[in-house]
Amino acid sequence: MSEATLPRWVAQRTDPGWLARLFDNKAFLIVVCLFPAVSLLLVFLTYPLGLGIYLAFTDATIGRPGIWVGWENFEYLFEDPIFWGAVFYSVFYTAVATVGKFALGLWLALLLNNHLPFKALLRAIVLLPWIVPTVLSALAFWWIYDPQFSILSYIAVDVLGIRETNFDFIGTAWPARWSLIAANIWRGIPFVAISLLAGLQTISPSLYEAALLDGSTAWQRFRYITFPMLLPILAIVMTFSIIFTFTDFQLVYAITRGGPVNSTHLLATLAFQRGIPGGQLAEGAAIAVAMIPFLVFATLFSYFALARRKWQQGEGND
Amino acid sequence: MANIITRRSLLAATAAGMAATAIGDAGAQIQRKEGGSLNLPIESGASLRMLRPVRFVPADEENWRANCARFTQKTGVEVRSDFVGWEDISQQTAVTANTGAGPDLIVGFNEAPHVYSDKLVELTDVAEYIGNRYGGWLALAQRYGKKHGTNDWIGLPFGSTGGPLVWRKSALQEVGYQAPPDDLPGFLDLAKKLKAANKPMGFALGNAVGDGNGFANWIVWSHGGFLVNEDGSVGIDSPETIEALTYLRELYPNFIPGTTAWNDTSNNRAYASQECWVTMNGVSLYFSLKNDPATRAIADDTFHTLLPKGKAASTPNAGLTMNAMVFKHSRYPNAAKALLAFLLESEQYDPWLQANLGYWSQPLEAYTASPVWQSDEKISVFKDTMRSTFWNGYKGPISEASASATNDYVLVQMCAAAASGQATPEAAVREAARRAGRYFRRRG
Repeated sequence: MSEATLPRWVAQRTDPGWLARLFDNKAFLIVVCLFPAVSLLLVFLTYPLGLGIYLAFTDATIGRPGIWVGWENFEYLFEDPIFWGAVFYSVFYTAVATVGKFALGLWLALLLNNHLPFKALLRAIVLLPWIVPTVLSALAFWWIYDPQFSILSYIAVDVLGIRETNFDFIGTAWPARWSLIAANIWRGIPFVAISLLAGLQTISPSLYEAALLDGSTAWQRFRYITFPMLLPILAIVMTFSIIFTFTDFQLVYAITRGGPVNSTHLLATLAFQRGIPGGQLAEGAAIAVAMIPFLVFATLFSYFALARRKWQQGEGND
Repeated sequence: MANIITRRSLLAATAAGMAATAIGDAGAQIQRKEGGSLNLPIESGASLRMLRPVRFVPADEENWRANCARFTQKTGVEVRSDFVGWEDISQQTAVTANTGAGPDLIVGFNEAPHVYSDKLVELTDVAEYIGNRYGGWLALAQRYGKKHGTNDWIGLPFGSTGGPLVWRKSALQEVGYQAPPDDLPGFLDLAKKLKAANKPMGFALGNAVGDGNGFANWIVWSHGGFLVNEDGSVGIDSPETIEALTYLRELYPNFIPGTTAWNDTSNNRAYASQECWVTMNGVSLYFSLKNDPATRAIADDTFHTLLPKGKAASTPNAGLTMNAMVFKHSRYPNAAKALLAFLLESEQYDPWLQANLGYWSQPLEAYTASPVWQSDEKISVFKDTMRSTFWNGYKGPISEASASATNDYVLVQMCAAAASGQATPEAAVREAARRAGRYFRRRG
């Protein structure tokens, strides 16, 4: 090969077109890339949230725009026992259901973390309650809790004969409250279990081996290795879980509609009940706005209390 | 009054639809007074859009569309009818009224024309013309049609669906009754005897919009109580209401257990499964039983009677009423009015009424003679639904506040709290007055 025979190739650098130059501009890129996300957030989150907060300070009804009334809605709600009942039950429902979901979910995650036959299949089955649309599982629970046609009553009364009358699941206040919490726990366990299972699998086995060599008991391994290592993910999962539970709507609305006599209203169902069927749009908005402080508090609690570094490290005030 | 579609009611509806098409000739029995005239020059190039609540039975929609097509044939005005879900029609009416755009006319429910009266075309000429031809408007139709305290019509009621007592003859005979008594002590006695015979009655006291409110209204009205005073202020806190709740306290222990958790379908199910022997419902329950071979025997044993009057002069039951209105924003108000008049003429209205099998009851005297009320003697009680002198929000002016109080279960929860012993009658009434006061407050 003689080099002389070949024409010398010269790299030609063409000037980039205006389009290419435009896309090389950092400021332009930032705007273009952020535009879809920001506009989605503005249109579907910021605007409705802002409108909701604005409505809470008016006396709008469905079919009438309303005028600014300041704190009037909140003043009324402050003296409304039904509102305080909903606040109480929302907090109670969230607290009890969250504890239940985490206790059972963690237990389930620990079981699933063992080597079991058909592990993948089992994990898939565990997810089912969470995959089924909430309204469908709510309808199933509605049948289970039905005053006349409950399967549990049928078994207890007609099959086993251990009861004379049907169970009163949702006919009086406290049984109805507990029944709804049970349904919520059933639905929430898989989310907690699968999330914590993912967390469990990130824990290095060498930690357990070292502990075993030191002669630790199973409880000590859980207490000093598993639990602290899980805490960061626990904090995230708990934040989500509290928010989902506190804002739950479908279960309660499908099973009791807040009844009997408003004893199972959550803030979300009460806001809907007053705002849409009751037509008092502003009051419904005010109830919804009243949820914000609780949600902010729950989020802050999860982040700052559970995710503190010293907790994650297990012990000591270093 | 429960209108949730179940497999069974769907079957019933299909069967009913087939039966309806078999019913033949229109309007033969309807007495009409000729004369009078309606001067509505139809605008050139007019076309109309109408909203209506969805049907009970398929034949309803077919008939309605066929009647509108006849109007098009006769006048050249295109009519588009849209059928809207029951829960949505109030909201859609609100949007239409406020934006001043959308359908020319809406057939809404109960109070809708009164809420938006300043956005509506007055319909007095149509109402007087039609009323004159067909023996006059019935009491409930006048109440829902006319602006409060005037003779100006803003709505044209098309029909109403009520909820009488639905009861099992065999159960009543077993405890020595031929029919439910019309007085309150007698009704309580019946309840006790049925309970003792283990064939209890049951009425919804849960958050059931139709059944729960119907029952709560009956309890209060039959004792002479009422939610609203004539001037629109809250009048629930009265000795009559307390008496009503005291009565309910005695009545409630004789119900089938669990009615505080009942929704609109619960009483239908309990009745169909023979656990509940007397309840209150629209005609749908009877048809669903009748059209299912498995429950045919229950239907044969089932009868309807108006709710006990108690201390009221007429039966305390206000039917859910379809109420048509024409919006001022319509470019063709005359065409819209002509269409409503056309639909209420016997050539159109009677076949439609028959197609509905008794689910809707007529607003005009002359249609009492419609063959639909002879088609099955057990449903003939429904023909008087619109003779009721009670309405939603009785005794006040019709307003959105009474609709809100209904949808927020103010009276239902008052009854449930007192019945279940959660509150004394006095406390339950005070709480209801407090809640109603919020809805009925004057706005600046």
